[in-house]
Amino acid sequence: MTLTLRAGRAAALAALLSGAAPVALFAETPADTLVVVDAIDDIVSIDPHEAFEFSGIDLNNNLYDTLVELDPTQEGVLMPGLAESWAVGDDGMTYTFKIKPGITFSSGNPLTAEDAALSLRRVVKLNKTPAFILTQFGFTPENVDAAITFDGDTVTIKTDKVYAPTFFYNCLTAGVANIVDMKTVMANEVNGDMGNEWLKSNSAGTGAYVLKSFKPNEGYIIEARAGHWRGDAKIKNVFMQHVPEGATQRLMLEKGDADIARGLTPTDIEGMAGNADIKVTTDNGGQIYYLAMNQKVEALANPAVLDAMRWAIDYTGMTDTILKGQWGVHQAFLPSGFLGALDDTPYSLDVEKAKALMAESGVALPLKVSLTVRNNQERMDIAQSIQNTFAQVGIELTLDVGDGAAVLDKYRARQHEITLQTWGPDYPDPHTNASTFAMNPDNSDEAKATGYLAWRTAWDPGELGAATEAAVAEMDGDKRAAMYKDIQAKHRDDSAFVLMFGQLQQTALRANIEGFYTGGAVDSASYWLATK
Amino acid sequence: MTDTSAPPGRASRLRPVLLAIGGGILSLALTLLGLLIFTFIIARVVDADPVLSIVGERATAEQYEAVRLQLGLDRPYWQQFLSYLWDAVRGDLGISYRTREPILEEVARYFPATLELATLGTLFGVIVGVPAGVLAATRPGSLADQVVRVVGLIGYSMPVFWLGLIGLLVFYGWLGWVAGPDRLDASFKMMMEFQLTQYTGMVLVDTALNGAWDMFRNAVSHIILPASLLGYVSMAYISRMTRSFMMNELGQEYITTARVKGMPEWRVIWVHAMRNVMVPLITVIALSYAYLLEGSVLTETIFAWPGLGGYITDALFAADRPAVLGGTLVVGVVFVTLNMASDILYRLVDPRARG
Repeated sequence: MTLTLRAGRAAALAALLSGAAPVALFAETPADTLVVVDAIDDIVSIDPHEAFEFSGIDLNNNLYDTLVELDPTQEGVLMPGLAESWAVGDDGMTYTFKIKPGITFSSGNPLTAEDAALSLRRVVKLNKTPAFILTQFGFTPENVDAAITFDGDTVTIKTDKVYAPTFFYNCLTAGVANIVDMKTVMANEVNGDMGNEWLKSNSAGTGAYVLKSFKPNEGYIIEARAGHWRGDAKIKNVFMQHVPEGATQRLMLEKGDADIARGLTPTDIEGMAGNADIKVTTDNGGQIYYLAMNQKVEALANPAVLDAMRWAIDYTGMTDTILKGQWGVHQAFLPSGFLGALDDTPYSLDVEKAKALMAESGVALPLKVSLTVRNNQERMDIAQSIQNTFAQVGIELTLDVGDGAAVLDKYRARQHEITLQTWGPDYPDPHTNASTFAMNPDNSDEAKATGYLAWRTAWDPGELGAATEAAVAEMDGDKRAAMYKDIQAKHRDDSAFVLMFGQLQQTALRANIEGFYTGGAVDSASYWLATK
Repeated sequence: MTDTSAPPGRASRLRPVLLAIGGGILSLALTLLGLLIFTFIIARVVDADPVLSIVGERATAEQYEAVRLQLGLDRPYWQQFLSYLWDAVRGDLGISYRTREPILEEVARYFPATLELATLGTLFGVIVGVPAGVLAATRPGSLADQVVRVVGLIGYSMPVFWLGLIGLLVFYGWLGWVAGPDRLDASFKMMMEFQLTQYTGMVLVDTALNGAWDMFRNAVSHIILPASLLGYVSMAYISRMTRSFMMNELGQEYITTARVKGMPEWRVIWVHAMRNVMVPLITVIALSYAYLLEGSVLTETIFAWPGLGGYITDALFAADRPAVLGGTLVVGVVFVTLNMASDILYRLVDPRARG
């Protein structure tokens, strides 16, 4: 009896195993579905007026639209979205947007100017983290009903003062300015939350896709809408699968179980070189790696010491090895692709020059300082490289290692000496980085202006602050771009920061995938143009 | 050698079992309370700010404060703990800081994936580990013993992360014998989501109950590798312990007596010795099962398996205290329940333990 049972069990197991094999052999992604693998555990919320993480904004870019938008195929080019035309009044503060006719939400409700106005008001009233992108134009929950109005097919928005129109339009392309189906959203309001809970698992937009399923830390499924105003999406479904491990993503892509992998390491990318079924694209990302020197430390406020440090970093040595394919040398605070971005790289490792500058500084050598750094492999590698080259010029660096939160707390409390950090833009306009790297209205400890990186490192930008204020009010787009180039050039040579690297995004795709755009540094992923 | 005492009645046989259940429930309550206090303290000692993880480092002071108040973090710790405890007793484990979803719903979504994987892994571990251990014990020093020892040693010493990646590379990448990460292929996953009734959250069970046999085979193909991997690690432990218990039993006088009486060797081993080996082995298997049910974080990461281990780890990194507490509580309940179950089984199997 025992033997029979055991034999039966073994046979059952063998049957299961043999049954499993053919399914695996024929595994491939369905023709009407784009399967994307990435780590998407950064998502906190997918309510478009709350989402502020990369993965959530990528998703929302396909579910919702904005009044004006960025061309997904060209970095930083503004084009009509839900508004067919727009204008700024003579006062420089009153903007009008004429809504395109015939657009519907996924519910079937027609898009109206009222939806657009109420959506933007909702951002201000909900006041979630990304709301500042709109409230920086002077909107408050109290005044927003008067500031953002609608009449017929026109939305009128009045800012509190004159801003560069490019600044305002760029901010309106951010995910937080997505227009939602207010009738549907408000019908799902609970306890005055303006539909916030409901929008965490549903979509109500005019986008090319509609949300079919979202499971945090697992994935999402979106389905193309027929008769979309931009033209139907080429692929019916997009299935985003949360796969945290790069090596696993690579295997799935190589086997054909995934069409696009977005979280691969340089080793994975290198390992796929020569595979004719896979292609790799490289775009600019938004993040910038930099060092911040606390100006409360006397030696670090010495301009010659700061200059010596700029010449004592092996930029290309790192981008050719430990950062290969993930980061490129970038020595200005605006990421490539932004209006006014500065892409030249005047600094390189020059030990002799750095030594001479250290000697010129008058600081007693060796200069002993600490570098506060997150306990993360990439950052530790960078820190050790800097420690090595700094040592060659008489700067003895001790590494002060901590977890992300501890390092950030120290930086925000101005308790670091030098810290290695990254920063990414909040919205696709140069003011986002200029305002934090080159402005600091009150440098006192009491100000606790942690939103300004310049404050965090106790640096007074002086005239650069005023120049940044002027740039954000410049009406002419070309002039404005030139102003940012000038600010960055000065900032790069004479500030408490050393800008080092700009992020690169490497995406690996099956060879048959065309038309997938990541959005680069300024925009988000667009699935609706993809084909396979 | 004949037992002359009267056989115990049904009631007297059940009494110790009932006592064990009662004691177990008390022990469960005390253990969970201790666990909650401990986790609560740890969660506050950890240098991570839950408010910052929600609002992001760009948030204004007002936004930060609003969220802090909303989470009740302005109250003294003891008040926060007592209100958490009161809610937990009523079955409310709170709301996740990150996703704002009820913890109970989230755990209910992740736990079945872990349960399915751990159960299959343990089954593999027992089916292979126990006979391997017996084989090694009955032929000490033989080639079979050495093989079991080496295979067990590899299971013990090789990092699961590495084993998982190599397993994926060979069986999925090169040979194509099994399906890749996650619980189903993309197309099946969408069908599962929209066309099937999900009774238990366990894909194997749900696809079988729905009669979706294509999907069932695909689910088997997906689970077979991670379950075998966990089963291997479990098998390494179970086989070593079985060998040790069995060798101890085979040295006992009653075994010699049985052999002298001419009893067939398979009966001596599988009936007489095994009955006594089962007693400590049940505890070993239960502990091994509980270990797998905690969620093998690394296995889940490599195989993109949406289980409890990954859930608790992500929650820890995001300083999502309610999620950490809720997940830990579930793990605690599992541990104590399995301990209790093994205790009861132990009493049923071993007459001496019935008191």
